[in-house]
Amino acid sequence: MTDPLEDARQRSGIEIRHLYKIFGTNPGRFIKRVKEGMTKEELNDRHNHVLGLQDINLSLPPGEISVIMGLSGSGKSTLIRHINGLIEPTAGEVLYEGRDVVAMKGAELREFRRTKTAMVFQKFALLPHRTVLENTLYGLDIRGVPRAEAEPVARAWIERVGLSGFEENYPNQLSGGMQQRVGLARALANDADILLMDEAFSALDPLIRMDMQKVLLELQQELQKTIIFITHDLDEALRLGDSIAILRDGKLEQVGTGQDIVLRPANDVNRGRVIRASRLARPLAEGEAPPEFRVDGYRVLERVAREMAAAGVAQATVLDRKGVATGVIDSEAILNAMVTPAEAP
Amino acid sequence: MAECWGLPELMCNFPQLSSGTLRAMRKGIDGGFRDIVRQWSDVIDAATAPLQLFLNFLEDLFTGAPWPLVMIAVLAVVWAGSRQLKTVIGTAIALVLIGVFGLWSDTMTTLAMVAVATLVAILIGLPLGILMARSNRFQAFLSPVLDVMQTLPSFVYLIPVVVIFGIGKVPGLIAVVIYAVPPMIRLTNLGIRLVDREVIEAADAFGADPRQKLWGVQLPLSLPTIMTGVNQTIMMSLSMVVVASMVGVGGLGKNVLQAITNQYFTVGFLNGFALVAIAIVFDRTSQAFGKRLQKHTEVAHD
Ligand SMILES: Nc1ncnc2c1ncn2[C@@H]1O[C@H](COP(=O)(O)OP(=O)(O)O)[C@@H](O)[C@H]1O
Ligand SMILES: [Mg+2]
Repeated sequence: MTDPLEDARQRSGIEIRHLYKIFGTNPGRFIKRVKEGMTKEELNDRHNHVLGLQDINLSLPPGEISVIMGLSGSGKSTLIRHINGLIEPTAGEVLYEGRDVVAMKGAELREFRRTKTAMVFQKFALLPHRTVLENTLYGLDIRGVPRAEAEPVARAWIERVGLSGFEENYPNQLSGGMQQRVGLARALANDADILLMDEAFSALDPLIRMDMQKVLLELQQELQKTIIFITHDLDEALRLGDSIAILRDGKLEQVGTGQDIVLRPANDVNRGRVIRASRLARPLAEGEAPPEFRVDGYRVLERVAREMAAAGVAQATVLDRKGVATGVIDSEAILNAMVTPAEAP
Repeated sequence: MAECWGLPELMCNFPQLSSGTLRAMRKGIDGGFRDIVRQWSDVIDAATAPLQLFLNFLEDLFTGAPWPLVMIAVLAVVWAGSRQLKTVIGTAIALVLIGVFGLWSDTMTTLAMVAVATLVAILIGLPLGILMARSNRFQAFLSPVLDVMQTLPSFVYLIPVVVIFGIGKVPGLIAVVIYAVPPMIRLTNLGIRLVDREVIEAADAFGADPRQKLWGVQLPLSLPTIMTGVNQTIMMSLSMVVVASMVGVGGLGKNVLQAITNQYFTVGFLNGFALVAIAIVFDRTSQAFGKRLQKHTEVAHD
């Protein structure tokens, strides 16, 4: 057995270099001026082109989960689609195993997608006319793997994501959470090194979402894939990301570990709206009685502070999703977290 | 002669080309056309020969086979398509009535004609629709052509068809196909263009090539829309069959035409009703088939 860590050191990561994307009828005309410093606003107002991505430089290490986080419209989907060539950049390169994905065309690009990448989509994007089993072996089908060989692989992955017994169902017979499990199985069955996940869990209910995050982390322990995970949720980013990159208006704002992001935020993100109460809950001290007032741990600080203020209490018991008390939160800690960097999780 | 209200001649009658010029022009065009057709007649005959063979074969099969066999075959097809007992029963009743009123053989001739016309229209319309969906340029070119084809009165098609192909079953068939093919092209184009972009993107992300996307994703997912196109094509062939009888197509259409010229009220209506009955059978069967295809592609229930 090789040591997976040793293995990872030899595997290729993904290097994104000076990546620009301008949307519009004639992007090439403006790229030089954008590189020289024309702003997104000027490009939009004066020339009617959208600056989607601006000088992105990012290393995505092999075998790790790299999270790209940002608000809606910040360019996350655009960025991740450059990695498998679904979108062509206006300038820049995406290097993997010494090759530039941007330069790949036609058959070469298809071969790269078939063997090196797999993708999970926000709205699942399953093939509605194929059963769960047929969806799962879609990538293998495309590669020309015979059914007899592909089926056992697909069945194994269906079992791994917990969908045994649903092989013959059609996607529209499944709930959202189950559909995304199919999406995950389809991607994993492809056995590709790179796994691209564009807001893969954003369409799911909070509970199911946590479930899926757990499934992904468990699988990753074993598979050590190079995962690019996109989200707009800080909690999800912190839970999943070995590293987190924050994208804002098409520009990389900050890259670092979860700790870096929480402790030294690069901007005035409204922390009260992204940090959840459970992150600040401290365990009860020996002999301390839990406060009577209770708050849900998955609520954001702003909401919890409002609830506590309305009830006129300074302390509250934090409950997890099952209603079990996980700790205590007090208004001082909330205030601190909302105005200054919070305690590291 | 228009009244001139005392206006000068030029304002009174529209200044037209002299009748001599017009006659020369007509002669030139018609003559040139005829010469070209005469020169190419071998090629035209060779090209239409397979159609002729196929049409004759199907017509002989339909009219020649014992009626119970044909009836069972038709009912089986209706059942396979619709999976609805009421449609099958309705079809059986319609066929029995058609037979009782002495229209069996003519109905079979018409059925053969419509079947061949629909098949040819699909064979032509599907690839053109696919091309149209793939290229915005081709769509921009073909759309107005289809518009013109659909607004031209059906009789007008007969003129060039007769000039080029003469009189007979095959020219009639060609006129029917030309008239019936536009919805097939349009709805194939539409169906493919309406396929969910995200699903197409997923196929791309897994490295599907254009052929794999077309056969594995676009066509299966646009099949319900394409089936609507087939349905409309069948309906239009049925209505055109009557008009095409003017150039020598037999069957129910010919009877209707004769009834009109001879004022045979009963014959006209009986044949008309037989046409309507066939239309309803085709319509119900193909629509039910289309609906069944759609079952799995409907939007999820949560
Ligand atoms: N094809 C396109 N044409 C024009 N603008 C686009 C196109 N695709 C994306 N954009 C713009 O680029 C920006 C980033 O979009 P996107 O990458 O989808 O953001 P995110 O995934 O972070 O929500 C948005 O402002 C969007 O309007
Ligand atoms: Mg997005």
